[in-house]
Formats: sequence, structure tokens, C-alpha cells
Amino acid sequence: MENNRSELNRNLAQMLKGGVIMDVTTPEQAKIAEAAGACAVMALERIPADIRAAGGVSRMSDPKMIKGIQNAVSIPVMAKCRIGHFAEAQILQAIEIDYIDESEVLSPADDKYHIDKTKFDVPFVCGAKDLGEALRRINEGASMIRTKGEPGTGDVVQAVRHMRMMQSEIRRIGSMAEDELFDTAKQLQVPYELVLYVHEHKKLPVVNFAAGGVATPADAALMMQLGAEGVFVGSGIFKSGNPEKRAAAIVKAVTNFNDAKLLAELSEDLGEAMVGINEQEIELLMAERGK
Amino acid sequence: MLIGVLALQGAFIEHERMLAKLGADSVELRQKSDLDRGFDALIIPGGESTVQGKLLRELGMFEILKERIEAGLPVYGTCAGLLLLARKIQNDERSHLATMDITAVRNAYGRQLGSFHTEAQFDGIGKIPMTFIRAPYIESVSGDAEALAVVDGKIVAAREGNQLVTAFHPELNEDLSVHSYFLDMVRDAERRNAHTHVCAR
Repeated sequence: MENNRSELNRNLAQMLKGGVIMDVTTPEQAKIAEAAGACAVMALERIPADIRAAGGVSRMSDPKMIKGIQNAVSIPVMAKCRIGHFAEAQILQAIEIDYIDESEVLSPADDKYHIDKTKFDVPFVCGAKDLGEALRRINEGASMIRTKGEPGTGDVVQAVRHMRMMQSEIRRIGSMAEDELFDTAKQLQVPYELVLYVHEHKKLPVVNFAAGGVATPADAALMMQLGAEGVFVGSGIFKSGNPEKRAAAIVKAVTNFNDAKLLAELSEDLGEAMVGINEQEIELLMAERGK
Repeated sequence: MLIGVLALQGAFIEHERMLAKLGADSVELRQKSDLDRGFDALIIPGGESTVQGKLLRELGMFEILKERIEAGLPVYGTCAGLLLLARKIQNDERSHLATMDITAVRNAYGRQLGSFHTEAQFDGIGKIPMTFIRAPYIESVSGDAEALAVVDGKIVAAREGNQLVTAFHPELNEDLSVHSYFLDMVRDAERRNAHTHVCAR
């Protein structure tokens, strides 16, 4: 396994576990996130809530802006490219990004094919609503998975739905007879070996984070108790009244997600949470992009 | 033998699996009250040193662990754990537990594209696999600290009495030899303690 990039890239995701990855739009926000205990930041021009509000086509961020954030912090920096937009991904690799998020938050560039991520040296994280999507992305070379959730809403319901769906499918495959796995592979449209891995290990072959709509320490603890290995927080922090305090509280909530007494303390006096939109009130379901 | 594994953030489960394979029990340390669990040694895992350092302080674990390490508690730090134990971090004004006489360089191999896997000699073990993920290296050792492994002219493992650090991640490979080496350190410390108690009587 001499310099097996895919293994090294999965390994980096293992180092992020138990941590919070925060969306930031400026070097100042990146520093706040790092000081609050973020294990990585996602550099983007507009956070999902603003992308949703602004409408129009949403693209990869300006590399200059991303470099400004890379220079501001010492923790890993991630950035998003559009689904299927391998040229944007090549650009992000050229500026030595630590992780690329092939993301449904941006406007998809290809309505049929995702990026062949095996052709890249830098790692990719991809969103998934269920086990089939997760395994298809892993087969394309993703080294980390996150729930899609519904970005920019502050409504955690879809992240919960996606995480529960993945976990229940993992449990189902874990309890199958081995000769039933072939048909499951066919139904999920993924190679048999990936289904066999899930059957034997009762987990995904890569790290699985929660994302989409996480806005409070309680939301983060909920996702961790449902089986997430860490949490992405997008609009929830810098759309709230006191970003520093809320960010630090969410970090601690992820570490001690089973301690309700501590969670109660962490939830006190955080100022106003992101207002949010209920899933029934939104017109654009980003989670439906890219299957 | 019970090993406390610092479980604030990062790849702590991987260490627990290695310990289980070697027949050692482990306990996750997530907050101050967990420090009363009576563990015989400590592992500080890979992850982000900034996150772990901050949580150690804010969860009230910092001083207690620092005192215990200084009093001889066997400790093994990988990657971020190395940074937490280093007396000085050359490219960071912060230091953390600072119990070990080494100067480390953070993100010394650059960003993720600089992460790599190799095999190299480890003093007292032999040639072992080494996986480096956005890793630090040790610029210099001083005092009683001594280098145990060198890759491309850089020190990547060191020991000072009860403290062991590696810039790489044995917990990401199948090779159990570094963990086994650490458990030998823990057994030695226990024997020495037992001896001291007997002599004191």
C-alpha cells in the first residue's frame, strides 16, 4: 500500500471524527471557527442559507478567497465543487485543498454523471440520502460520506431521515444471509464487494458525518446518537446571534453527545438560533440533486 | 491493565481496537469525571491538536493529566498527541501539556497531498509500516528525550522515560508492534511502582 492515495484520504477523514466542520466565508470567520474548536472548515463564498435566498446558479468559490482562508488557519480546509464538474475539482486540487465536497448545495453541472473521483489525489466527501447513494459515491472514489440533509434551512428533519435510512439499511444488510447480498448489490446498483463490506463490518467503508440543518448543540447530539461520526455545521453558526459561543457549544456537544446534563449547560444562553425554514416551506430541495 | 484513551476528538476508536487485539482493556476519557476511572496509562490519539488542546482545558482535564504525566503516568501520543506533549511547537505560539523535551513542527509535510505511507526502522522493534496524515515531525530532542525512528532525516518517533510519541499512525495499520512496545512500557512502570511500594515499607 505504498502511497495508496485512496487509503490515505480515508485516513484523513478518520482524523476528523468526533469533530465539527464549519462553513466559513471569510478568513475572519475561519479564525473564529478554528478558535471555537472546528476540526476543519469549509470555505465558500455564500453559506447555503444565502445561496438559497439569492437563487440563480451557484458555482465553485473564487480560488483567491479559498487561499485567503487556507492562509488564515492551520486546520484542514475543504471547498465545494458542483456535482459532475471535474474541471472545478481539478482547480481545487491545484490549490492543494485538503478535501473537496462534490456538493448538491451548488447547482449541478452534470445531471447524469458524478465526478470520477478515483482520478484525483485529493480526497472527496459526498452527500447521500440512503445507503445506495453512499455506496455509489464510494465506488466512484469518495473517501468520506455525509448525509445530504436539507442545506441552509436550519431544519434537521432531512438529516435525521437520511441518517436513519442509512443506519437501518446497514442493519438490514448486516443481518442478511450471504447469498442474499448479490441481489441487494443489484438493487443498490453497487458492486458486491461494497455490500459484503457493509455486511461484515456493519458500517460504511468510510467515515460518515451528519450535515444539513444542524443549528443547535442538541441537533448535533441527536445526529451523533443516531450514528454520525462527526457533524458539518453550515448556516447554523454564522446565521445565529452569537457565532463564537454557539460554535464552541456545538463542538463540546459532539464530544459529549451522551451527557444530557452537560448538553443542558451547553444549550444555555446561546442567543438567537438561526431562524430557519421548515422543509414544507421551501421550493428547492437540494437533497434531490445527484443520485 | 486499563488504558485511558483520550476521546475528545479524532481517531480514538482505532487505538481501542489495537489495544483489544493485544488483550488490554480501555476506557474513553471524554470529560473530567472520566479521569477518576483508575487507568494505568494514557493514549492521546490523532486528530486536530487545536481542538483537543482546547477541549482538554475547557473540560477541566488539562492540569490533572499534566500532573499525572509529570508524576510518571505512561503516555503515548500519536500525531496530534505528539503535538500536545511537545514542550515547544516551532510554528505555533501555543504549546499544550508540554511535558516532553521535544520541539515539533506542525503540518510539517504540508497539506493532505503531502500525506504518505512508508516503512522504516523503529529502534527496539525493527522495520514497521508508518502512515503520515498531515503529520508533524520532531525538529529536535533534548534532555532525556531520545529519537526512536527517523524518516528522510526527520525524527518521527521519540521516547522520554514514561512518554512515547510517534508522528505516524500505527493504529491505521494492522501492525501491533508499537502498541505492544507501549504496553511493555506500562508493565515496566507498574513493576517499578510495586517495587517502590515494597521498599517504602
